[in-house]
Amino acid sequence: MSFLYAILIDPFVQMAGAPDLLVQTLWEGLVGGVLYALIALGFVLIFKASGVFNFAQGIMMVFAALTLVGLHEKGVPAFLALALTIVVMLALAFAVERVILRPLVNQPDIILFMATFGLTYVLIGLGELLFGGNPKNMITSELLLPSGSLDFKILGGLVSLQKIDIAAAIIASLMVAILAVFFQKTRIGRALRAVADDHQAALSVGISLDQIWVIVWFTAGLVALATGIMWGARSNVSFALEIIALKALPVLILGGLTSVPGAIVGGLIIGIGEKLGEFYWGPLVGGGIESWLAYFIALAVLLFRPQGLFGEKIIERI
Amino acid sequence: MFYREAGQYKTTYQADMSIFPILQDRMGLALIITAALLLPLFAGEFMIASVMVPFLILALAAIGLNILTGYTGLVSLGTGAFMGVGAYACYKLSTAFPAINILVWIVVSGFVSCSVGVLFGLPSLRIKGFYLAVATLAAQFFLQWCFVRIPWLYNYNPSGAIEVPSRTLFGLHVTGASATPTTRYYIALAIVVGITWIVSNLVHGRVGRSFMAVRDMDIAAQLIGIRLLRTKLLAFAVSSFITGVAGAMMVFLWLGAAEADAFNINQSFILLFMVIIGGLGSLIGSFFGAALIYIMPIIVRTAPESFGLTIGAATVEHLTYLITGALIIFFLIVEPLGLARLWQIGKQKLRVWPFPY
Repeated sequence: MSFLYAILIDPFVQMAGAPDLLVQTLWEGLVGGVLYALIALGFVLIFKASGVFNFAQGIMMVFAALTLVGLHEKGVPAFLALALTIVVMLALAFAVERVILRPLVNQPDIILFMATFGLTYVLIGLGELLFGGNPKNMITSELLLPSGSLDFKILGGLVSLQKIDIAAAIIASLMVAILAVFFQKTRIGRALRAVADDHQAALSVGISLDQIWVIVWFTAGLVALATGIMWGARSNVSFALEIIALKALPVLILGGLTSVPGAIVGGLIIGIGEKLGEFYWGPLVGGGIESWLAYFIALAVLLFRPQGLFGEKIIERI
Repeated sequence: MFYREAGQYKTTYQADMSIFPILQDRMGLALIITAALLLPLFAGEFMIASVMVPFLILALAAIGLNILTGYTGLVSLGTGAFMGVGAYACYKLSTAFPAINILVWIVVSGFVSCSVGVLFGLPSLRIKGFYLAVATLAAQFFLQWCFVRIPWLYNYNPSGAIEVPSRTLFGLHVTGASATPTTRYYIALAIVVGITWIVSNLVHGRVGRSFMAVRDMDIAAQLIGIRLLRTKLLAFAVSSFITGVAGAMMVFLWLGAAEADAFNINQSFILLFMVIIGGLGSLIGSFFGAALIYIMPIIVRTAPESFGLTIGAATVEHLTYLITGALIIFFLIVEPLGLARLWQIGKQKLRVWPFPY
């Protein structure tokens, strides 16, 4: 009975008892969720346009951040380093299209999935070879990003918001908005949507698949760079971030593999869910449940909606 | 291998259905097994303890994953954790009942892993493809969390690691610090050959065919009368049994002690590489894949020294990553169906040599 009480009632009593803590937890979950959503967004872009389940998205994020910081350490001014990193991501997109996608076109999904695994290893090896394996600090102030925290006195307590988190949330929403406009209003955006719908039909109306893939991978690279800067500013830049990037997978399947809004909503659900779970229910089982809670939330949703919350309904034909 | 099979007639159904219908193939297999048996006479300790034993164990785990991913088409990213279940079960059982033969416990721990596997296999009925792959990540992270947070599993050992107790078999030390690499090699060889033989019979029979039907199209398989729930769960059961045994062997015959981190997500990924590079749905491919993925980094690490170059340990580590990744991509582009397919093509080419049609 007391066990049931501890699971079902006590956490809510705690929430009501200390609303400021609840707000703080929700905020942290929200920010974490936004960043998960950004990684998932990169996945969705590539999956929609090329049907590739890009496992390397998380590593691209670390690689981009590492390139930025590494270049700055070698004496390049911050904004020049940023520009150079963007050039590197463009080169990466070209290389991926040339070396991986083009020879493997029309192969089964799992083969392409495995190829992005190979890409993951190459990027880890390359990144560590060029810039060393030690964790690095993100050049936050050089990029004119705010630091420090804002404290609010509400609900009879103190809620402290990191300025960098606020910046992250703003940049993330801006990016999603820009992407949405890009997809809906521009010529290339329409071409991207056409390719996502049907490769062959797109080809037949004169859309170049090669070009589209480069653009998509480059866009995903830019998203990865932005995410990398934000995550890097919160902790530091190292390949340990890879585990965080894996969290984008439950976000992705929760929202549905093909849906941009799904990635956002999924990210927020997972981010807030896991922070609340860790803070209020975690102590009951010894803590650390953050490492797997996200996957169980996603699993629970999938059992009721196998295509995710916003995914296209899976229709199977013989 | 320029052999001819002319004059080998099959006069019974049994001969027609045999796995190695050609005499030369059977002789080749016997040769490989003899070579494996005689290897400790020629090879050094490093070769046996650090190359052959891990290779055999990883190949066994790859076979386990291949049953699930290659034969039944259910992608799993939780193999490392199932190996961990086997290892921890074997450790608990053998420390709780030290009198009973360790080989018995290695097999029984396979059954423990089997039941956990079936539990996590349940969602596979509704969830498919990449969605299922991510769902198996739940098993991976949850089980790994259990290995760290439940002290009962490692007998409240302050270091948090499981250490292999010394056990004997017919008066010989087979596990623990005093067991010689040769003994451990023979035990591993016996288990791997035995399980491979059983699995080979399984996948060539009715069960294996129903697995493959489910892989190719599960709705169609259901229509021809294959019960999906039973088949998918059976695939999970067989697969996690084998990976569990491999996990127990990994700790007891190879590492000697392990922490939860030995069964992390990277282990799962590496096994998946082995299966895909080796060849989905091929037993010999599992061995090829394990050899390539496990032995290649060893060569990369030792190669610079033999050329007289000195490169820092960290650089070598990074290069290993780089080269492994590049090779994965290379092999996928050259032959997406894996090394097993290359092997088949090579054999066929040699058969028709010198008059290819």
